[in-house]
Amino acid sequence: MGAKMVDFNGWDMPVEYPAAIGCGIINEHMAVRTGVGIFDVSHMGDIRLAGPQALAAVQDISMNDAARLAVGQAQYSALLYPSGAFVDDVIVHRLGEDEYLLVINAGTREKDFNWVRDNTGQFDCTVENLSDDFTQIAIQGPKGVDVLQKLTDADLSAVKFYWVTRGTVCGLKNILIARTGYTAEDGFEIYVPADEAGSARVWKEILSAGKEFGLVPCGLGARNTLRLEGKLPLYGHEISDTINVWEAGLDRFCKMEKPEFVGRPALEKAKSEGVTRTLVGLEMVERGIARDGYKVLDSGGREIGYVTSGSPAPFLKKNIGLAYMPPEFAALGASVKVEIRGQGVGARVVPTPFYKRPKKNL
Amino acid sequence: MAYPTDRKYTKEHEWIQASGAAAAIGITDHAQESLGDIVFVELPTVGSELAAGKTFGTVESVKAVSDLYAPASGTVTETNAELATSPEKVNKDPHGSWMVKITLKNPGELDRLLSAADYEKFVAEEAGH
Repeated sequence: MGAKMVDFNGWDMPVEYPAAIGCGIINEHMAVRTGVGIFDVSHMGDIRLAGPQALAAVQDISMNDAARLAVGQAQYSALLYPSGAFVDDVIVHRLGEDEYLLVINAGTREKDFNWVRDNTGQFDCTVENLSDDFTQIAIQGPKGVDVLQKLTDADLSAVKFYWVTRGTVCGLKNILIARTGYTAEDGFEIYVPADEAGSARVWKEILSAGKEFGLVPCGLGARNTLRLEGKLPLYGHEISDTINVWEAGLDRFCKMEKPEFVGRPALEKAKSEGVTRTLVGLEMVERGIARDGYKVLDSGGREIGYVTSGSPAPFLKKNIGLAYMPPEFAALGASVKVEIRGQGVGARVVPTPFYKRPKKNL
Repeated sequence: MAYPTDRKYTKEHEWIQASGAAAAIGITDHAQESLGDIVFVELPTVGSELAAGKTFGTVESVKAVSDLYAPASGTVTETNAELATSPEKVNKDPHGSWMVKITLKNPGELDRLLSAADYEKFVAEEAGH
């Protein structure tokens, strides 16, 4: 489709689609916020755990409480190292009585699968790497439901956010449809068989069905600006194998009332010691764009932290960033500086998420 | 695309349009197309000295920061204030959106720059990779 391509962890992926077809990062971003956009996210990985002790296995390797999931329900969670730091973040879907699907990041496919397989041997369940079996397409935005409904017999109005269903999609039977996404908007992710011809046909049919809604294809560029506005973490930036759950501010997804899970003892200890750095939202006050890796300085020019992710925010029309810094500098409204090409440029600490989608009137 | 013949071009995708010792500098259509939506332009102050081939500012798209390279040496006499509030003008009209105006130190430097035809060829060859 003429997109600008880039190598993303070994995957050839679009950064943005051409301006000539109404795309480009800003247009793609705005389409998702106000209408609908689609992303080919097949690079994501899929691990299936099934069997009598599948739940026990999931509970042990992830920090959220999967026992709360009804069949058809999903939750945001993370796989942790014994240190309490992140192997990866993940969406756990309960597909059946004893069947769970973990959808994980592309860059960590191998690592995650090996980790899951090596840490669940003691549980009576199978662990399968289904990453190559699926083409995953995300249809995101307030009009996403309208587009997908044209292509499926599943009643999407009955699927609440973070729930899944199965239905025929573009003539393909028994397709997993999840009301999930990485854009801080309503939307769906569909998992179709990975054969190229079938996948290309589905992509084209979605583009066609979406025309009347102004649907555009979206690349990694918009994917990043959308998730940043919503303060959704990106592995290697806000979360990593050297950052723990408390520092990342993901407390509400970490159920310490679960008596045992990998990382729990370290997290207990870390909680009692308190954090030395915390993730905050920054908004540029003076002219300049904070970017990944830039230093954060206090008003006296001393280095106090760093930007994990920074970019212009197309919907908010501000330049924003997420950064780690010591808690004492993290009060809302506090003034800091971001070092941009050797100069300290004024920014302030703001509440996050930067953007929250409007609630639909029920 | 046919590049305007009233100016010279560089391999860093800048253009320079001279009128006697006064010259205006901007970036080409190819540059703006490669960059995508331009959201920020950082220019030197009036009075700054530009040295041919050296960086003199930056242009930022959503995803990336790119350096601007001076096509020729000279002193900055004016900067385009519009670009501070409307950087997207560079995307819409790259050859009409000058970034800085300078007084040329050595107008002869322009002789070694690319003509419109040579630049077009250069862009086509680059794309061939």
